[in-house]
Amino acid sequence: MSEVQNVSRRDFLKLVGVSGSGLVLATTLGSSSLVYAAESQGNELNLFVSVEPDGTVNIVCHRSEMGQGIRTSLPQVVADEMEADWNKVKVIQGLADAAYGSQNTDGSRSVRRFYQVMREMGASARLMLEQAAAKTWQVAADKVKAENGFVRNLVSGEKLSFGQLSSIAATFDLPAKEQIKLKDSNEFRYIGKDIPIVDMRDIQTGKTVYGQDTQIEGMLYACIARSPVVGASVKSFDEEAAKAVKGVVGVWQLPDAQKPFVFRPLSGVAVVAENSWAAMEGRKHLNIQWSEAENQRHNSRHYLAELKGRLPSKGEVVRQRGNAYRALETADKIIEAEYTVPYLAHAPMEPPAATAVYKDGMVEVWACAQTPQSTQTNVAQALGLDPEKVKVNVTLLGGGFGRKSKPDFSVEAALLAKQFGKPVKLFWSREDDLQHCYYHAISAQRFEVGINSSGDVTSWVQRTSFPSISWTFTGTTDIPSNSELSLGFGDLPFNIPNLSLEKHKATAHARIGWIRSVSNIQHAFALGSFVDELATHSKKTPHEMWLELIGPDRIVDPTADGFDYQNYGESPEVFPIDTKRLKQVLNTVVEKSGANEQTEANEGWGICVHRSFVTYVAVAAKVKVVNGKVSILELHSAIDAGTVVNPDRVRSQQEGSMIFGSSIALMGEITFDKGQVEQSNYHDYPVMRMGQCPKIETYIIESDAVPGGVGEPGTPPVAPAIVNAIFHASGKRIRDLPINKHLAV
Amino acid sequence: MLNFTLNNKKVSVDTDENMPLLWVLRDVLGETGTKYSCGQGLCGACTVHLDGQPVRACVLPISTVANKRITTIEGLSEDASHPVQKAWAEHKVPQCGYCQSGQMMSAAALLQQNSNPSEDEINQFMDGNICRCGTYPRIKAAIKSAAKMLRSDSSQANLGVHIQQVGDEV
Repeated sequence: MSEVQNVSRRDFLKLVGVSGSGLVLATTLGSSSLVYAAESQGNELNLFVSVEPDGTVNIVCHRSEMGQGIRTSLPQVVADEMEADWNKVKVIQGLADAAYGSQNTDGSRSVRRFYQVMREMGASARLMLEQAAAKTWQVAADKVKAENGFVRNLVSGEKLSFGQLSSIAATFDLPAKEQIKLKDSNEFRYIGKDIPIVDMRDIQTGKTVYGQDTQIEGMLYACIARSPVVGASVKSFDEEAAKAVKGVVGVWQLPDAQKPFVFRPLSGVAVVAENSWAAMEGRKHLNIQWSEAENQRHNSRHYLAELKGRLPSKGEVVRQRGNAYRALETADKIIEAEYTVPYLAHAPMEPPAATAVYKDGMVEVWACAQTPQSTQTNVAQALGLDPEKVKVNVTLLGGGFGRKSKPDFSVEAALLAKQFGKPVKLFWSREDDLQHCYYHAISAQRFEVGINSSGDVTSWVQRTSFPSISWTFTGTTDIPSNSELSLGFGDLPFNIPNLSLEKHKATAHARIGWIRSVSNIQHAFALGSFVDELATHSKKTPHEMWLELIGPDRIVDPTADGFDYQNYGESPEVFPIDTKRLKQVLNTVVEKSGANEQTEANEGWGICVHRSFVTYVAVAAKVKVVNGKVSILELHSAIDAGTVVNPDRVRSQQEGSMIFGSSIALMGEITFDKGQVEQSNYHDYPVMRMGQCPKIETYIIESDAVPGGVGEPGTPPVAPAIVNAIFHASGKRIRDLPINKHLAV
Repeated sequence: MLNFTLNNKKVSVDTDENMPLLWVLRDVLGETGTKYSCGQGLCGACTVHLDGQPVRACVLPISTVANKRITTIEGLSEDASHPVQKAWAEHKVPQCGYCQSGQMMSAAALLQQNSNPSEDEINQFMDGNICRCGTYPRIKAAIKSAAKMLRSDSSQANLGVHIQQVGDEV
């Protein structure tokens, strides 16, 4: 939902926290990166913009910053339309409030959903300032013009600053939507420019405040020993031993967790102390005995074998065209392959953390939250409060990748703050993060594809099976949902006469959640690998094979084949699956990287193209395989994300996606035995380090189409491009990730 | 009481002698520029300088810091003028920024030892610092820029200020 409640100024101060719930707590937050509203004296022009008498333009960023640059990009759009001087812009982080529209910073939606809204906010503020100038000078509205922080009198040449005009402007009614005139793109001052991130100085000097960094006078520090098996509960623990540790203030058993787990805390025991170290030391002495739980039989290796065991039989059809099974019978050759991807964890550099204060039936939370509004509602629910009694401040996020879209840690903090009657910072350790995550689903897929004697693909059967995210919310779902199958499975963009896309059952035994690009990870890995295998069978280059399968320029409509396609919540008219754009990114990356050229011995190129989050990305990977060890030499990507607000931040997201995707491909694997996660820290859940990092190149397709997603679509095509490159370098085909189970990395 | 020098200022703390320096900095002294990520010396997010050498504060018991000099990101320069800090802005390195205090402290230590590191030397020295956002290519480019600044005359003056501040880091 990108609907913002009108272009309204009425709530500006409330939203940025001056009046709010009336709960303004004394904090020692030393942040200059998060400017809290108490400092703001601005004249409000609308929900997102206020101007101070000294000319400072306060722009609210209502989305969470986790490295994608959104605290820069969205204000950049407002400032452009407003004709603000960027040097006078101060970005204010918005509190949780439904008035902003969705603040759920996931799904690569921030620019996609709010580009237009931000332009209107900026343009309406500009119009009000121009009206104020016209009134002051007693001239017609068309005789004034806003320019870079001033309004100029076109007749006399006089200028008045936004600061001088702000108090008059704030008395006007908000312009009606039809009065607002947006700029032509050739008038853009900031949109499309590489504006440096607004938090740069704080990062350079260590003044940033993330969820882990919140400090409040008199606060306690807490960590929780959580049930190692999801659904187990605490039978007994040694309270006294934990309390005997110097600095431990208290111990508290959390309520038992029951299915569906949703965003509620897991069962466990919290240790609250004078500092983080004492809390962790105290936790070591809890000696908790856990109850039996149904998930304690879960072993991910056996489970994956079960998933694969279902794949040879026909599943529940989700998309069908022609008659794939009859066409298979008449095919000249049938190619079959199965692919698996393990459980994955986000492992953001900053483990989750939230600080809460409970006082007089109100709660204030500071959290590295991707979802401020669901933080508010879940905290309210857990404490039996109305949501308006919960104020949520969003800190910077030390990486998110989907983990911090689950507000469980804020609920934990709020429960502890209430229980102990003091401010509490609840922090997760790295071990907590890896062992009690909302995991990316383990998965298996199978292809049975028929080729005729001329090498054309005539029939395509594809099956997928993985535990669904929906299980986390229902406790009963046992088959992938259409929203998950809309991520690179049911939206297959190939021009094949006979299709049968099918899903198989899979019951969950762990909390399943979203990780950067979600089910696109496994679907793009399988599809991208299989196309490369088909190319080899058909004696075509992978580039030729892709172009042939994608077919002529056209719009693909999966609903025509009976699939309930969700298209990332976007309209199919505005954001169709456009094969022309798909081929363009592929052709671009092949041409720019030289992926069709000969390589040295033991080297090879691999390619893949994938549309996700309504954006098109193609990747070319070059690797070397020597003595059973693979090195990635180069990663190139081409992205068509429509209109780009900050090209440098798009490039940085692509670079990051190449590295995130490489970590998944090379080393990403969470395993379970006896229902417990076997990994605990970066030594056994390795992520890419500098020495493994190849040369990376990014090509942004210039486009004036509406903005697509950027944070996620770079990730899916990386792993298949790498395994394809390994095949072309060494002849070794890897169908089960991660690569380090087959080759040294 | 345990005494040490933090960013050129004398500090005294009264804590469990096994408490790692990281928690003394963050929870006792309220200096949160040094970040917590792994707690096991595996990721480098908490890198600080101990008498000029890069160390992981999360595994360094405070007892080993007694009477020594600690420099954190807050003390790398007074005004973000260290060549590494300047190069980080020039190359627009950070994404989320969480690991960057540790990255910059490692990079500053590298350049103090070696003002013209090769690609391999950079990789080797920086391999203990994880960036999950994936800023490695820019970190590498920034280190090369900072090295160039260090070797140029104008920036030698900056380094001079830095050396004076942190004393025995020379």
